Amino acid sequence: MEPDGSKPIRPSGRNSVRGLGLVPTLYYHYRRFRKHLAILLAVIGPGIIVMVADNDAGGITTYMVTGAQYRYSFIWIAILLWPVAYVCQEMTVRLGAITKRGFAEAIFDAFGTFWGWFSLADLTITDLLTIVTEFVGMTVALSIFGVPPWITVIIVIAFIMAILLNGRYWTWEKIVLALCAVNLVYVPAVFFVHPDLGAILHTGLIPGFPYGFTSPVLFLIMANVGTTIAPWMIFFQQSSVVDKGLKEKHIPYARLDTAIGAVFTVAVAIVLIVIASYFFGGTGVNVPDAGTAARLIRDVNPFLGSLLVIGLFDAGLLGAIAVSLASTWSVGEVFGWAHSLNDRMGQARWFNLFRLTIMVIAGLVVLVPRAPLGLITLFVQVIAVTLLPATLVFLILLLNQEELVGKYRNSRIQNATSGVIVGTILVLSTLFGIGTLFPHLFGV
Amino acid sequence: MTSVFGRFVSKVREINHRYREPKIKLTKWTRAILLTLRVYLFFLVGILVYAFILNVR
Repeated sequence: MEPDGSKPIRPSGRNSVRGLGLVPTLYYHYRRFRKHLAILLAVIGPGIIVMVADNDAGGITTYMVTGAQYRYSFIWIAILLWPVAYVCQEMTVRLGAITKRGFAEAIFDAFGTFWGWFSLADLTITDLLTIVTEFVGMTVALSIFGVPPWITVIIVIAFIMAILLNGRYWTWEKIVLALCAVNLVYVPAVFFVHPDLGAILHTGLIPGFPYGFTSPVLFLIMANVGTTIAPWMIFFQQSSVVDKGLKEKHIPYARLDTAIGAVFTVAVAIVLIVIASYFFGGTGVNVPDAGTAARLIRDVNPFLGSLLVIGLFDAGLLGAIAVSLASTWSVGEVFGWAHSLNDRMGQARWFNLFRLTIMVIAGLVVLVPRAPLGLITLFVQVIAVTLLPATLVFLILLLNQEELVGKYRNSRIQNATSGVIVGTILVLSTLFGIGTLFPHLFGV
Repeated sequence: MTSVFGRFVSKVREINHRYREPKIKLTKWTRAILLTLRVYLFFLVGILVYAFILNVR
């Protein structure tokens, strides 16, 4: 049997290609390859979307600040985060494909109502606040092109709702994958700055702390980890796998989808660090956020600056699409609403109304004059920290229930790896949360 | 409005009833992990409240 459960393609009437000539053997392997490629292309989506959307407006700010302050020194951290992101997200693929239910529903079912309501409420609040930060990123980006914030907010909400009008998951996914491709504009942008490859190899890829292991450095590392693993990602990918209808036989392809997405995330992170390092490294220019960075770069290099602005807007848009869906899917699952993207607007009216409400509230918050956006950003980070430990620990506990996931339960090696990763994330994210609330502890 | 709120409350009751019993196999390890998570959560919420009070002052 093939990995997807179907019968293998063999040259006529044979059980093996052994003994055949070169041409039939090559043809057999070509057919096999084509078949796997076709399945992969059909399965690809949730992994790439969740990983690319992870490089949202807040993530882009984190990478640009890292590059501006510490040049190439922490590229190795971005690379190290690739397996971290993959290990966490891969578990959601198995859980979703086997149980056919979203993560919120799985938590209610396995851990009862206390943890269920806690997770759902925390996720919804965190997502709402995160969408506010996405809107901030988008309005800042388009204001550089002279578009007023209120127009940006209306267009974005209309677009996000309109891509669901068709009532087909596939259509939605294709549009969002196209937006993911736009997010990769950062990658060619790096060639405009002709980075010093020698310096990148020497200072960026070798783990170390050339600026010392100070409190601000630790804080920035924690911010990088925090932006790579977020609770909404777990909820989003599992619901997405379920809504897409992926089955057990698709797990190997969905794993590859997740791995490819993680590569894209890391590639964009490295490119942003390199670009910020080129323009601001060692200059002493204060780069508080990605919008300011794009504006400053645009003054020097209008084309590259404009690419960065487009990338920032796209990152915010992708983030808003994915984050809003994470909580809407979760609430829909638990409340038993029609919650599939394959449902038409009228069929899934509570689902769509809830999502629209979240986005309208987030959009209005951004438009309120003198809204405490700095405070909101702070609370996003802290509240996400309260949910992250529970989310990751539940994920591992669920993946150890043989009666739930059968042969796809975590092996000892998987438990050891994910245990170390989760333990490290917990310590760093807790320190990050405390450091955000009490900055003087870290001297930032 | 009242009927919408009433329906919401009855839905919440239904959810609470449906998921009343945790279905996970509660081994000693699982119990210990869940207890640690609760303590950790109360610690974080305590810090949040403390930071909020400090900010308000």
